[in-house]
Amino acid sequence: MKIKSTLENYLFVLPAVTIFTVFYIIPFVWVFQLGLTDWDGILPTKQFVGITNFKEILFQDPIWWQSMLNAGYITLIALTFQNALAFLLAWACDREIRMKNWFKVIFFIPPVLSEVVVGLVWQWILNGNYGLLNHWLVRLGLSNLAHNWLSDPKTALTTVAIIHSWKGFGWGFLIFLAGLQTIPRELYEAAHVDGANAWHSFRKITMPLMVPVIVLVAILTVLGTMQAFVLIIAMTGGGPAYHTQVPVLRILASMRGSSRFGYACAQGITFGVVLIIISFIQYRFSKRAKA
Amino acid sequence: MKHKSLILWGILAFLAGCSAPKTGSKTTLNVWHWMTDRQSAFEELAARYETQTGIKVNFELYAPSDAYTQKVRAAAQGENLPDVFGILDKKSDFASFVKAGHVLDLSPYMKENTEEWKNKFFPKALAVNEFTEGNSYGVNPGIYGAPIDVMTIQMLYNKDLFQQLGLDPRSPPQTFTELLDIGKKIKAANLQGMVSGWGEVWMIDCFANNYAFNLMGEAKVLATVRGEVPYTDPDWVKVFALFKDLQDSGMLASGLVTMINKQAEQLFANGNAVFAFNGSWCVNVYKSMNPKLNYGAFLPPQISDAYLMRIWGGAGSSFLVNAKSKNKDEAVKFLKWLTDDGQQAYLAEATSNLPANRNSLKDIPPILAQFSEAMETSTHPSTWGVSEFSAVIEAFDKGIQSIIIGEKTPEQVAQEVQKIKERELARKKAK
Repeated sequence: MKIKSTLENYLFVLPAVTIFTVFYIIPFVWVFQLGLTDWDGILPTKQFVGITNFKEILFQDPIWWQSMLNAGYITLIALTFQNALAFLLAWACDREIRMKNWFKVIFFIPPVLSEVVVGLVWQWILNGNYGLLNHWLVRLGLSNLAHNWLSDPKTALTTVAIIHSWKGFGWGFLIFLAGLQTIPRELYEAAHVDGANAWHSFRKITMPLMVPVIVLVAILTVLGTMQAFVLIIAMTGGGPAYHTQVPVLRILASMRGSSRFGYACAQGITFGVVLIIISFIQYRFSKRAKA
Repeated sequence: MKHKSLILWGILAFLAGCSAPKTGSKTTLNVWHWMTDRQSAFEELAARYETQTGIKVNFELYAPSDAYTQKVRAAAQGENLPDVFGILDKKSDFASFVKAGHVLDLSPYMKENTEEWKNKFFPKALAVNEFTEGNSYGVNPGIYGAPIDVMTIQMLYNKDLFQQLGLDPRSPPQTFTELLDIGKKIKAANLQGMVSGWGEVWMIDCFANNYAFNLMGEAKVLATVRGEVPYTDPDWVKVFALFKDLQDSGMLASGLVTMINKQAEQLFANGNAVFAFNGSWCVNVYKSMNPKLNYGAFLPPQISDAYLMRIWGGAGSSFLVNAKSKNKDEAVKFLKWLTDDGQQAYLAEATSNLPANRNSLKDIPPILAQFSEAMETSTHPSTWGVSEFSAVIEAFDKGIQSIIIGEKTPEQVAQEVQKIKERELARKKAK
């Protein structure tokens, strides 16, 4: 009877386990297996090369690590600028301000737009020859600031990072707003009665209660931003030179440009390991912050 | 009982639906391609072919070309390629498709009737699809594709802007020095110089190779590819240095290093750039963007008299027959028909592309004729018999971008490219 009951229970989770195995576990094992070969993606033969691909990534591929640093820089901008903006706007919309529902809709427009469309529109705005931004800078008498934002190695990566933050802040805004709305209003009223001003309420009530939400948004931001590439392809294609290259673009370059599927799989595994380590560190930090 | 017989009938009906098509049913050929500008012309030709032979041809368009490439690779891995398809990859990848048994050798068909089919094509267009005896890819010698159009990549100039600069619109620059002098005038007039898809890097490779052939000749370029001459050779440093000269003179448009070819085409078509570096397909593109554009084509001006300037050209697009298709004979017949004089003339007229069939060149527009005349001086990496490592090509192209943005010197780039070359040679040797 007990065996029957156990089997019945397993039967219920079987569809989910099957889907997870077929679409996650098996492809992951295959990717790892391919990472140990020099497969070109076309020939049926796959020569086993051991950990050669991983050694090349670690010690002989400086462009890969530059792309990792570039992604890290974009992530840093997203963690600070994007999330601070999202938090501030969520905080403003959580208060009794006029037209707040209208603002909620406006702030959520960029994330729902296609990344390719956003990239192309911003590329047009930032274009050095006929872009709107330069046009207005010249009209405002700031012609010394006008230049080709995406082709200049000094500004390309920062520009891409800012556009990425503009595109992504709506998600953080939404999650922060939901978090802020769960804080009981009575806490603020009690603090107000006790003589706390807005800054005190923010520091002593809002911030401590928002820590789990901030950690969640930070983890999502890091994972999302490190894997960003569509917007970058549309805006710069990873150029000029290697200035806006990111890991996913390097993986694509290995697969499509060099026909090194095996190496691309090894890059994918390495990148996955780095993301897991970052997430683990963030998790440890969040546990400490909660404590 | 009633239910059982219903279930039985249902199963029989299901099995009948799943069975193989009846023998004698109409053949349908499936063709995959990426050429958005040619889809309607292909559909028209498919309708004509069906009327003539009763064979239906489905032209399935998958664009952009990157997505198409992925689809073809995935289909090859899954053994479900269509009857006819094209490959956009490098010659080494083309070789992998052949070695994996996906591509039919068309040589026997080309040789029929005293090489009637083969003789219709420009030899350079066929060479792109050919693997010769003793080729470095280890492929059995043969012709593995039928070209449907040809292309050359040249320089273009806007005649109206030339006049605005006080230059003779009938005389494009003949030497590199003249080109640099015009660059200075462009800078002084605050106009944009040359536009091209140099953000997509392969066009930089093409431009640099033109000048490499001009400065050191074919033998030395190919010796470099084989690893016998280093990229630090003074001639290669001169090739890298010419990009610095172009940038310093004002010849290169602002933002060129992140510009994709479509943007470059828009800028040139709208009269916002004096020069463009583009392929013969641009005639159709410019016609659709600005039919009144007043422009001409010319060969990139020579920098040296030592060797002939060789531009990239040859087969633009080719179709291959799936060697594993059950309709391969029908597919070959269709390709023969598609590349015949009448169909090629129609394609040239409808799409403003240069036909691969040399009998169909009559009545092409003058600007397209300028592109076709340059076919004699053309070359293409697919015909060299050796391929450069992808990592070296990337380092080469990105290095030139670094020179243009003033980040690296030509000597630095030459050293970096050579370092990658040595790494790749060592890797190949270790295999």
